[in-house]
Amino acid sequence: MPDQLIFAMEVTLNGLLNGVMYALVALGFVLIFKASGIFNYAQGVMALFAAMTLVGIQQGRVPFGHLINEIFGTDIHYFGWEVPALAAILLTALVMIGFAILAQQFVFRHLVGQEPIILFMATIGLAYFLEGVSDLMWGSEIRNLDVGIPQGINDSIDAVTFDLFGYGFFIDNLDVTAAIVAAILVGGLIAFAQYTKQGRAMRAVADDHQAALSVGIKLDYVWVLVWSLAGIVALVAGIMWGSKSGVQFSLSLIALKALPVLMLGGFTSIPGAIIGGLIIGVGEALFEFAIGPMIGGATENWFAYVLALVFLVFRPQGLFGEKIIERV
Amino acid sequence: MFYREAGDFKTSYADDSQTFPIAFDRYRYYFVLAVGLGIIPFVITDYWASAILIPFLIYAIAAIGLNILTGYCGQVSLGTGGFMAVGAYTSYKLMTAFPWMDMVTITLLSGAMTAMVGVMFGLPSLRIKGFYLAVATLAAQFFLVWLFNKVPWFYNYSASGQITAPERLLFGHAVTGPNAEAWVKYLFCFAFVFVLAWVARNLTRGAIGRQWMAIRDMDIAAEIIGVNPLRAKLSAFAVSSFYVGIAGALLFTVYLGAVEVGEAYGIQKSFLVLFMIIIGGLGSLFGSFAGAAFMVLLPVALKVLLVDTMGWDTALATHFQFVIVGGLIMFFLIVEPHGLARLWSLAKEKLRLWPFPH
Repeated sequence: MPDQLIFAMEVTLNGLLNGVMYALVALGFVLIFKASGIFNYAQGVMALFAAMTLVGIQQGRVPFGHLINEIFGTDIHYFGWEVPALAAILLTALVMIGFAILAQQFVFRHLVGQEPIILFMATIGLAYFLEGVSDLMWGSEIRNLDVGIPQGINDSIDAVTFDLFGYGFFIDNLDVTAAIVAAILVGGLIAFAQYTKQGRAMRAVADDHQAALSVGIKLDYVWVLVWSLAGIVALVAGIMWGSKSGVQFSLSLIALKALPVLMLGGFTSIPGAIIGGLIIGVGEALFEFAIGPMIGGATENWFAYVLALVFLVFRPQGLFGEKIIERV
Repeated sequence: MFYREAGDFKTSYADDSQTFPIAFDRYRYYFVLAVGLGIIPFVITDYWASAILIPFLIYAIAAIGLNILTGYCGQVSLGTGGFMAVGAYTSYKLMTAFPWMDMVTITLLSGAMTAMVGVMFGLPSLRIKGFYLAVATLAAQFFLVWLFNKVPWFYNYSASGQITAPERLLFGHAVTGPNAEAWVKYLFCFAFVFVLAWVARNLTRGAIGRQWMAIRDMDIAAEIIGVNPLRAKLSAFAVSSFYVGIAGALLFTVYLGAVEVGEAYGIQKSFLVLFMIIIGGLGSLFGSFAGAAFMVLLPVALKVLLVDTMGWDTALATHFQFVIVGGLIMFFLIVEPHGLARLWSLAKEKLRLWPFPH
């Protein structure tokens, strides 16, 4: 087999795994959009906040330490204990649920019935707010996140591909873990939506707010539930991205990367988010591999958006989105 | 008492359709012009010019531009930063290629170039709507910034990848470059703001502006009553990009002087201008000014308050700024989705009836 083809296969495989990471973020968007029609720009910042909180709890940092020190002239940074990874993840999940309740109580309750674009802008505001709070709480330095996920080259894939092609593929263990976690997460979410009472309420609200309200479903409750789920998805995405490249500001920018994924997959479809993520991941990797060197590289900055733009011109509702029907 | 139509008789059609039908508004407008032209240029200092006045004027142009597209025509754009970069790089190329060309022509040509690019990226708006379009404009943002970073021709093969504005004179005074004086730069920007705001005001209340608003309110219904969506949407993109391009060009030539594209025209700039028009008020010229003033003054005010007065760390003040800006945006959207402009017009309504409550 020619070398170029084998390289292309490796690039594709890596692109697929990268796509899974995008899909993880996109998933949170879809959950909220389906249930409340809110296009949640803050999803990326939620991932950042969750990862920051996780690191903070793990290392026993004092929340708002900088601020307290600055105001009272003290010098406190650590509580002096370390929390095991699993307990820290659970505590962070609780924080994200608290955040969901606050966001619903103070912001989105008051915006029910507003135009989608107003809601979108409100989530941009929320994103800024949360980013500032995250910086104030935990500081803005880059942090290392380590919850015990294996990293580095996956030896078994390396060995298998070496036997097959005479060339070992470089696949990161972390990416493989992310793919497995994403699969479990999606399976769990679908099962939750299909087989539990809360899941059914969630689907009813997604279908028609008013009808759901009239059969006695508490909208407030369902929305808090959905925001909590999105917060937990953000936590998972934050853990994965944070272990990969450190917890830092740029983590919140993956939200922007998730947008073309959503546009490809359709805003309302969970499988769409996954497949859209895979398409973007592979397309981006292959484009950079094949065309990138000719035009100066770093094409992954914009390729996803242009792909989504071109795609949308032909199919405005995305691959799996519901058909757009407009009435005057 | 003084804010009334009463006693202000209109005796001709021209009187009847003037921009400020109420005498008090008119005098206020002349007053602002008089202060802007007659007093500020004589008392301006470098600090005031570079910290507040010039960024305010430049961002006001950008905000008017985005407001035409988003507030009047209802097409949300997150590509403002990219379009500003087009204006900046066009003016840079023109300044270096044609050293004899005067700054007014260069700035206008930069706007025209940006308008063409804007129309190109506006074409998908005929098929894509709402935030699908907002995301599509991100393609413009990231692609343009990447382009200006990667193609050396745009920055004249300079080693640093930066562009630096050479010195250019206008009527014998330096407008750009390190030797330009504060009052020259101020007046140059002021002239652009004055003319562009005047044009925008008259465009938005004329036939084309009504078409934009019809498209914004409901595009299918507008199409049925005979508005051509192709023309309306693309003209909104063209006019809006023209303004944004001029703002980008001025930001580079007059204000910053040297620019690294990802830093000065990144996605943050798109959001900054978007926040200006949300806080100021969508679909309002006054709102564009109010929003620009607010977003320019807020960081300065916070810095003076937290860093200079209370002696806090600069980084901490920046974080606070995020919290406050985010909080204010949510607050405004909940309390008054139409922004400062609506608050202003409510105040005027009250003033009209004053001293009677109803």
